[in-house]
Amino acid sequence: MSEWIEACSVDDVEEEDLIRFDHGGRTYAIYRSPDDEFYATDGLCTHEQVHLADGLVMDHIIECPKHNGRFDYRTGEAKGAPVCVNLRTYPTRVENGTVFISVE
Amino acid sequence: MSTSAIVIAGAGECGTRAAFALREHGYQGAVILIGEEPHFPYERPPLSKSPGAGPKTVADREKFQAAGIEFLSGVCVRTIDRAAREIGLGDGRTIPYHKLLLATGAAPKLFPGMEGARTFRALGDAQAVHGQLAPGRHLVVVGGGFIGLELAAAARIAGADVTVVEAADRLMPRIVPAEIAAIAEAEHRDKGVSLFLGTGVVSATERQVTLSDGRMVEGDLVVAGVGVAPNTALAEAAGLAVDNGIVVDGCFATSDPDIFAAGDCCSFPYRGRNVRLESWRAARDQADHAAAAILGAEELYAAVPWFWSDQYGLTLQVAGLPAPVARTTRRACGNGAFILFEQDADGVLVAASGIGTGNAVAKDIRLAEMLIGKGVPVEADALADPAVNLKKLLRGQE
Ligand SMILES: Cc1cc2nc3c(=O)[nH]c(=O)nc-3n(C[C@H](O)[C@H](O)[C@H](O)COP(=O)(O)OP(=O)(O)OC[C@H]3O[C@@H](n4cnc5c(N)ncnc54)[C@H](O)[C@@H]3O)c2cc1C
Ligand code: FES
Repeated sequence: MSEWIEACSVDDVEEEDLIRFDHGGRTYAIYRSPDDEFYATDGLCTHEQVHLADGLVMDHIIECPKHNGRFDYRTGEAKGAPVCVNLRTYPTRVENGTVFISVE
Repeated sequence: MSTSAIVIAGAGECGTRAAFALREHGYQGAVILIGEEPHFPYERPPLSKSPGAGPKTVADREKFQAAGIEFLSGVCVRTIDRAAREIGLGDGRTIPYHKLLLATGAAPKLFPGMEGARTFRALGDAQAVHGQLAPGRHLVVVGGGFIGLELAAAARIAGADVTVVEAADRLMPRIVPAEIAAIAEAEHRDKGVSLFLGTGVVSATERQVTLSDGRMVEGDLVVAGVGVAPNTALAEAAGLAVDNGIVVDGCFATSDPDIFAAGDCCSFPYRGRNVRLESWRAARDQADHAAAAILGAEELYAAVPWFWSDQYGLTLQVAGLPAPVARTTRRACGNGAFILFEQDADGVLVAASGIGTGNAVAKDIRLAEMLIGKGVPVEADALADPAVNLKKLLRGQE
């Protein structure tokens, strides 16, 4: 069963950046792309358990702050060593300036 | 078309990464990776940060099999016969190559009189030291560099007593600016480490250190972290150019065009001089680059050096290389974290070092690295202002 939860306001996330969002004992990352779309992934890198929120977003890539592992945050795809496991992604929806993500 | 293999000597971070990079770049011929250590390749950075955690393997049997890489462990490459294009192994075997990559890394140094102290580089060192990190035990560290300090932090976290002796008047003199070292120093003192700064070590045994002022420090274990020397003996014996590392060009070719060298063992051109790094990411980046070059790519390596260290909850990161600089600018990153930017007389950023809790400085250091890579002047005022997004600064110059 998936459930839509309120993650943040659109203004909480700068363009081409991300924020951390914790919910139900899990941590997520919410992204705002340069073309103003919102995306959500797991909040921790799949290499070591490091919060991606401290990392750098360039275009559609989030780079892990610890060892520069890179993921496409739209698909979760790991873009090469040292990360080889993809990030899980979650559907998002924006309503009246609020970002919702769909989690299980 | 030759049937012989691309052979890699040294199965550390660099050699292992290079073996896989050859496959990623499409090479389908034989790849043989030879490592002196008995284990599957493992990461070194966690050894000093969490010595008890067990090895973090870079590649295991399955990965080697899947990629079709032949991995020979527990055997050293002893000779290179350049005329015959053949290497000789410690067990007497010979293996022909058509290209050879030397990724032999570096080995800890010890000064005369210190021979009794333990060094710290390999998995075996971490396993031996780990058992001594417990309440009631006393670890004595010679050298206030990053490995000694990471170990000191791990030991304090495990409840052991720790003494660190450093000849310079501050910690990490070769690695970071004094202002950053001071933050680490305060943290180590706060966590109960006894620090002897500006204090040389005359001699060290397994359990005792004699200081330059005649005092003695006794402990259960003495570990020396006083630097490393590149493993160049093999290259030297083969007549390759060696000068503080195996000398390579911008494509990691040695003075023999069929032999390449990369990682901690090599000295490569960086902005008009030759440098040698001891950096995990450089070992990986250079492996990638060397693999492509072995397969014929001609692009010159231009990556900006980058390094990190973790001590307690603090992370420090450095991009670029310290050089004589004209101007240092401080940028606050929140919660006490900060970055020092170093610019040359033209305003070009040459280095940036930051320290803070967790990954507080990571994003701006990464952007600094890209700004250093661009090599164009930047406004010091913009660097100093936390409200200025460095990404905009970078883009403004695209
Ligand atoms: C404890 C520790 C902590 C570290 N922490 C950090 C950190 O936080 N951040 C960072 O950026 N860097 C860190 N580093 C540095 C980083 O680990 C090295 O830069 C990196 O391992 C270099 O990789 P390399 O493959 O070039 O050399 P190495 O890792 O030294 O590997 C070389 C390998 O070649 C083998 N070898 C040598 N000669 C031969 C031969 N003739 N035949 C066969 N095999 C041979 C050696 O046994 C070794 O296994 C740390 C290093 C250590 C030791
Ligand atoms: S923790 Fe993310 S790349 Fe290592």
